[in-house]
Formats: sequence, structure tokens, C-alpha cells
Amino acid sequence: MTDKDQYKIQQEPFYQQQKNEVALYEAAYRNRLPVMVKGPTGCGKSRFVEYMAWKLGKPLITVACNEDMTASDLVGRYLLEANGTRWLDGPLTVAARIGAICYLDEIVEARQDTTVVIHPLTDHRRTLPLDKKGELIHAHPDFQLVISYNPGYQTLMKDLKQSTKQRFTAFDFDYPDVALETEIVAKETGADAAMAAKLVKIGGVARALKGHGLDEGISTRLLVYAATLIKDGVEPRDACRMALVRPITDDADIRDTLDHAIDATFA
Amino acid sequence: MTETEYQHPLMAAYWKQVDTRFPQVEAVFEDVMAEALAILTRAGIDAYLEAARVIGKLGRGVEPMLAFMEEWPSAAKAIGEDALPAVMAVVQRMQKSPNSNAITPFLQTLAPVARRLQSADLLQHYLDIVLNLKGRTTGSVHGHHTTFPSPGLPAFLAQAPFLLSQLSLAGLKNWVEYGIRNYRTHPERQKDYFTVQSADSRAVLQRERHGTLFMDVERKLDLYMRGLWQDSEQLVPYSTAFDELRKPVPYYDQRGMRIPDVYDDAGAISGLDRYRATLAHMVGHRRWTAAQIADNWSPFQRMAVEFFEDCRIETLLIREYPGLRTLFLALHPKPLENACDPETTSCLRHRMTLLSRALLDPDHGYRDVDLLDFAQRFHTLIAGREASTKEIAALALSYVAKTRLQSDQFAKVHFENTVIDYRDDNRHMWAFIEEGDEEESFDEERKTTPDEEFKGLPPRHYPEWDYNSQTYRPDWVSLYERLHPSGNAADIDRLLDKHAALAKRLKRILDLLKPQDKVRIRYQEEGSELDLDVAIRSLIDFKGGANPDPRINMSHRTDGRNIAVMLLLDLSESLNEKAAGSDQTILELSQEAVSLLAWAIEKLGDPFAIAGFHSNTRHDVRYLHIKGYSEHWDDDVKARLAAMEAGYSTRMGAAMRHAAHYLEAQPADKKLMLILTDGKPSDVDAHDERLLIEDTRRAVKELDQKGIFPYCISLDPKADDYVSDIFGRHYTVIDNIERLPERLPELFVALTK
Repeated sequence: MTDKDQYKIQQEPFYQQQKNEVALYEAAYRNRLPVMVKGPTGCGKSRFVEYMAWKLGKPLITVACNEDMTASDLVGRYLLEANGTRWLDGPLTVAARIGAICYLDEIVEARQDTTVVIHPLTDHRRTLPLDKKGELIHAHPDFQLVISYNPGYQTLMKDLKQSTKQRFTAFDFDYPDVALETEIVAKETGADAAMAAKLVKIGGVARALKGHGLDEGISTRLLVYAATLIKDGVEPRDACRMALVRPITDDADIRDTLDHAIDATFA
Repeated sequence: MTETEYQHPLMAAYWKQVDTRFPQVEAVFEDVMAEALAILTRAGIDAYLEAARVIGKLGRGVEPMLAFMEEWPSAAKAIGEDALPAVMAVVQRMQKSPNSNAITPFLQTLAPVARRLQSADLLQHYLDIVLNLKGRTTGSVHGHHTTFPSPGLPAFLAQAPFLLSQLSLAGLKNWVEYGIRNYRTHPERQKDYFTVQSADSRAVLQRERHGTLFMDVERKLDLYMRGLWQDSEQLVPYSTAFDELRKPVPYYDQRGMRIPDVYDDAGAISGLDRYRATLAHMVGHRRWTAAQIADNWSPFQRMAVEFFEDCRIETLLIREYPGLRTLFLALHPKPLENACDPETTSCLRHRMTLLSRALLDPDHGYRDVDLLDFAQRFHTLIAGREASTKEIAALALSYVAKTRLQSDQFAKVHFENTVIDYRDDNRHMWAFIEEGDEEESFDEERKTTPDEEFKGLPPRHYPEWDYNSQTYRPDWVSLYERLHPSGNAADIDRLLDKHAALAKRLKRILDLLKPQDKVRIRYQEEGSELDLDVAIRSLIDFKGGANPDPRINMSHRTDGRNIAVMLLLDLSESLNEKAAGSDQTILELSQEAVSLLAWAIEKLGDPFAIAGFHSNTRHDVRYLHIKGYSEHWDDDVKARLAAMEAGYSTRMGAAMRHAAHYLEAQPADKKLMLILTDGKPSDVDAHDERLLIEDTRRAVKELDQKGIFPYCISLDPKADDYVSDIFGRHYTVIDNIERLPERLPELFVALTK
């Protein structure tokens, strides 16, 4: 049997509640409803799920989805051994067996046919058929499925099927408002409030450029990185360029504009 | 004429030295000598008089000599008197050529030019440009045994100071070069060009200007407005080049924010930052300024209110982005406190600028009691809040009342160091209740008589590449686009029936090409899944002692197709010729081929457009839509294809640029532009054969940069000579034109497999 404790969250992750999402999530979990968390990158989706797992005291199995992921990466596969073949459970199967929260991060990155395997787990059946192995797993009563999904860069190719979408209850996340985000940056890094406010201001500049050459604005996560660098003694302008501007764009015009915003903010 | 008697013996000696009898010279002699003596050295004076004597004896009348005598001292002051031999050499060269009419304008503008250039080295470059222009535009007409003076040279020399105020020397060189190249053989147009009258003269001038051009930074400024200020107002540049007198000032109204088309660097502040400062200031007004009713205020009061309000919004802007303070202060003049004498001059502007500086600059260091008092009151008023235009106006009015001087009314106004050029003209700040004489009644919207209706869309302008100079000719080609006229769709169906057998064969190939959603790849060493059959076989091999095959995994690959296609048809006159060894014209064969190809692509489901083009000089390139991306291969499209006609010439570059602009907007991964042509790019107004070939080659490069894959299908058996120059290896020459209907779809399939 898999060791359940390795998936437990040991320490309380810092999570700043934005609205009433914590209570809503608890309600969803009580009824074991599958949950979808939507929002732009780095706005705290994964942190939220981690925090909820900790709060509920349940193990959390996270799968980062990618284009090459296949159904067998989720469900499990046969491996070769000296004496024949051996079945190895995939993360989804493990979660269903031990009663963990299974978190499929950035689900749209996985190919559409892959995501279909989660369907039987998300409705009243709560089962996972392993057709290759000839086994039908009944999900553990504690099992819950959570997916995250970034509608920002969805293209025609990368969107969830309606049949998948309609199996989930959903939270819509966005970057927190200025005051809250300042508080988050300050609490997460120990930076002083004035510095955090400046960083959030620069973040706002980039977010206003979304759709004009930027696919995504500067995320809260990057703001936290910048604050961390500044805390470590890096000159604030350099830290901002390194953590906020260079990662998000190769476009010279946008880079100049953001650099100017940094210079204008740190007088 | 009698010998003039000069009182001073030295002056008499000088007069003897210039050795002239022109009374006009005599009239100004003492004045110019006074200036010359103040500037030139002894040796310089001798050289000056000698040069004046030589110019006087050229036999060109008094004008050149007068011009020289008046201009040289101040020119020498700017560039040093050692430059005289170089100047004289140019005069001699002009004298010996038919261009002696250029001597006077050359000498007349010498001083302003010298003041611009400020060094003998730079002047030498300028002289080189002049000589180059002279040499290459002095013409001889075939059959006449005389040469003709350069038509552009005097015009150019007269414009030289203006040109140098706008262009760097390198820019001037390019501008002159362009004029020589394009108008050498056309005296009237050459004159227009060098007097800065013609449109392309101005366009090239604009392109070569020094400083930061608006068009180069437009996107940055747009991003700046959006990002930092959440304002997406339209930015409209106004020209500063041709409005020397009026000197327009930035402003904004309902139709956008008006800013200069170019900013030079101001000290350490880049042109881009000057734009940013100007925009930030206007944004401040747009956010915080409320229009005031101005009827009862005097012009002075209004001026004071404007200064105070400008400072208020700048303080608020700085509160938002503290770094702006450095920028504003770097651009804000810092007048000296006692620079203006209130006894003789109106000091109001000076006083207001001082105050404005003091309100923004914490380290202003001014000591005037009233100024300090009002600065204090200003800061108290807006401490921790925004205050309003009304409150600030009240403060401004009391400042005017407190500091008013009799001399404020004087006509002589102290202007020095009081121009704050990043601020707009504040026209938005004032509202008038009564229609007084200040109301501009010509502001009212005039009724315009409707123009005659447009036939088709207005033209689009495209640049053309000039390989001689390696530059683009701006907006050189006018392209008109319209829908191709329709014919009978049944004709095309008949053509397709004719090729039914071919179509059947194509269909089989197409079925193979269609996207197969998921493909299994077996025999992989690493893969997503174990391929049990292979694995067990390997295991048996292993147990049996043989070497097992390690490729026991399999993986999957999705096989999608995401290609947008543009088919561009050359519809020039030569298509009407009969194809070699066939009784069909090339046009008919093209029609068949295109029909088949269109049918095939429709079957594949790739987004697909067809357009034709031909040209009749650069002023009339026609681009005809036959099928758009949103249309299906239906009767409308077929009817247009059936009506295809050939005529005129092949200006390919412009058509490709235009087609690229449509293809670029398609959201496909791969973009393919097929160009079907029967000859090389050419047009009746292009005498140089290479010109359009090089332009097309350039267009191909542009396409590559846009991620478009161009491919040429040439029906010209002699195409090998030039087609690879244009398209690199992306081309096919179809010798046997009769087989075109078959080859075209095959080619497409091969390209997109």
C-alpha cells in the first residue's frame, strides 16, 4: 500500500483569502464535488489548493499536465520486470485508491483525449476503470478531483471540452486588488509595505498591457520573486528588471515601457 | 567714378585692396569692414579682401561679391577663417562649370549653414555634398554640344539652412542622394524636389530627420499610455518641420492628443522621454483638470491659473510615479532669480516660471518672500489630497494680486528661460459663457459638400525597394483593390468535368493527406506505453539468450494540418499568348489549373484565398479578389474565376506585400503564398530591369520575416535566369505548360505534405 503520509502537507502554506472561496471549497469537498480553479498564471491557484488540502488534512497528489502526457501517465502502465510485466499505478489511480485530493494542474496542456479518462471519476459513478489491467477501482470516500485551467491563453486548440467542463464546480481567480496584493507580497516575503506597493504598481502597468503585445501580465508570483530579491539586498530596479520584465517579454517596445515604469516608480 | 576718399588711411588701403567700382559695395563697405575687423585676424582680413576682389572680378555682377562680403565674417566666426580656401575652391569650380548661377545662393546661405555646422570639418562635408550634387545633375542633352546648369543646385543652396536645421549631415546626404537618383533626368521635378515642394521630397526629409521620430516610437508611446496611465487616447503627430514661424505646442481635444512628429534629445533626456513627459502632463490634465469659466479673468490671471494648475497636476503625477520628478525637472527651465529687470521689462512670465520651478523642485534655492509664501500655501493646499482646479485658481489669483507690478503691462516681455516645452497649451482649461471676440467662430463645423462617391476602396500605398541605394522609396506604389468581376460559373464546372480523371487521382492523394488525428508510432525505445506484443517477443529473445530488441515502447502523435494558403495570380498581358505547342492560351490553362487546385484545397479544408494582380505604372496597381478566406469554393467564386482576363504589366512586389497583409492575419501555423506567374516582374515605368526584380526579392524577404512561406510557380521557360535570385530555392519552372492543371495541385500537395 502506498504511503499516504508522504502526500500530506506538513506546514500551513500562507494563503490570503480573497473572498469566501475557502468556505465554498469546504462545502464542495463535503459533498465530494469535483472542483475547477480558473485564473491567470501565478495568481495563487495552486497555492489555494495546497492550502485547502492542508486545512482539510487530506493528502494532495499534484500532476503537472503537459502536451506529451498520455492517459497511461495518469492511470498507470505495465512495466517490464525480470519475470514478466508489472502494473504500476499512475497518480490518478493512486489518489483514487488512498483517498487523496488529485490536482491536475494546467489541464488544458494535456491532450483532449487524455482528459477523457477522468470523466467516470467526476460523476455519480466515482469509479476508474483500468481496462488494460481489467480492474474497476471504486474511488476512496475521501477522494476528490481538482483541476486548474488558465483561460488566458486558450486558443482553438487548447480549450476544455464542454463535456469535461460541465463536470466541475468552478472558482474564478484573478489577481487580487491592489491593497490585498500589497499585503500578500509583504506577508509572503517580509518586505515593507511601501516597497510592496511599488511592486504592485508595476504589476498593474504590465496587466494593463495585456492583449497589446503581452499575453499575460506580471503575476503575483513574479512580484513575490522581485520582493524576495530586493529583501536579499539586490538593487530594487535590477530586481524588478530581472524578476518582472525579462521573464514575461521579448518585445523590445514593451520592455522599454516597463523599464520606464520601473524607473518612474523608484525615484 | 571718382576714387572714394576714406578718412581713415587704413580703410582707404582696404578699399584699394578690394579693387572694385561697384557702388553697392561702396555703400556697405565701412559697415562690413567694421564687422570683419572685429572678427578676423590681420591675415584673415587680407585673405578676405583678396577673395572679395576675386569674386568681384568673376563677371557675375555685384550680387556674389556683396553676398560674400556680408556673409563671410560671421561664417568665419562659426567655423574659423581657415576654411576660406575650401569655400573659394567651390566658387571656382562653379565658375568653371555652367553652374555659375549657383554662386550667389551658395554665398548667401553660407553664414547660416556655417552657424549650424560649427566646424570646418563638417563644412567640408557640406561642400562635398554640394559638389556631388553639382557634378551629377549638370546635364548635357544628346545631340547638343552644350551642357546645361543643374536645375536643382540653386534651389538646394537656397534651402540649405532649413535643411540643416532638420537633418544631420548624413541625413542631408541621403536626402540629396535620393533626389539625384530619382530626378536626375527630369529638370522640373528635380527643382520641385530640391525646393522641398514635392511630396516625396518631404517624405524622405521626414524619414531622415534627426531626433526621435514619432513614427518610430509610436508603439512604445501607446504602450506607455496604456500601461502606466490606462489611457488609450489616439495620439496624433503634427509636423514641426514646415512650421518654423508658428511653432506649434502640444495640445489635446476630442479627436486625440497632438504631439510633435519629432523630438530631439534635450541634454541627457532622450526624445522618447520627452514624449513621455509631454504625454504624462496631458494625462494629468485629463484626469484632474476641470474647465474654468474664464470670462471675468484677464489674460494675466489666466496665465497664472494655468501655471498653478500645471504644477498641481504635475505634483499629483509625481505622487503616482515619483521618478517623474527627475524627468520634469530636467526639462523645466531653471531661471535665475534676478535675470529680469522689472524696471524695463514685463517680468510676469519670468516670475511664473520661477514659481513653477519652486513648486516642483524642493531644492530650488529661491529666496523671494512672496514666492516662498505661495509655495508653502500651494503645498498645504494639496497635502494629502488632490484639491481642485477651482481651489488652485483661487490661489493663483491671489498670487497675481499680491505680486502685480506696473511693468507687467510692458510690451517688452522677458522670454528667456521661461518656455516649458513639454506642457500643452491648456486650451481645454477654459470655457466661455459669452461669445466675445475671443470666441473663434471659425471653429464651428463647416458644412462640407459631399465628395463624389468613391469607386472602390481608396488606394493603399506600399514602399518599393531601390537596390541602388538600398533604401525604400516611401509610399511609392498605389494599389487599388476590388472584387473581380463575375462571369459564368458553369464554365469552370465544365473545365473541372474535363479533368474528371485527374480529379479522381488527386482525390486519392488528398485522402492520404487529410489530418489523421492520432497516429501510433511503434518500435520506440522510449515511449508513453509498453507495446506488449513487441515487449513479450523481446523478453522471449532475452530468455532464449538472444539479443533483445530494446524498442519495446510505442507512442502516439497527433497529425494535424494547420496551413493557410494564398494563391496570387499574375494577370498581365502576356497571359493572352498561346502556350507553346498548344491551342490554349496560358490564361485558359491557368484557369483550369487554379480551378483544380481550388477544388483540391477545398477538399482538404485548408483556409484559402485567391487574388489576381496587374499593374499600369506605379500609380495603378490593381489587386483583384477572386476568393476570400471566408468564402467557400462556390458558384460566386467560380464565376469570378471564369471572368479572369489578362492585361497590363507585372509589378509583383506591391501585390505580394498586399497579399501578405491578408495572409498574415490568418491564425494558421504555416502560411503559404503561391505565386503563379509567366514572366519576370516588370512595368512600363520601370526602365531598369533589375529594379522590380530586386524589389520582389525584397518583398520575399519581408514575407519570410512575417512567417510566410512564398513559393513561385513560373511558366516562363527562361525563368532560370532570374527566378532563383528572387525566390531562392522556393520555385518551380513548369516548361510544359499544358501539364499545368495537373502539376499545380500536385505541387501544392508536395509542398504541404
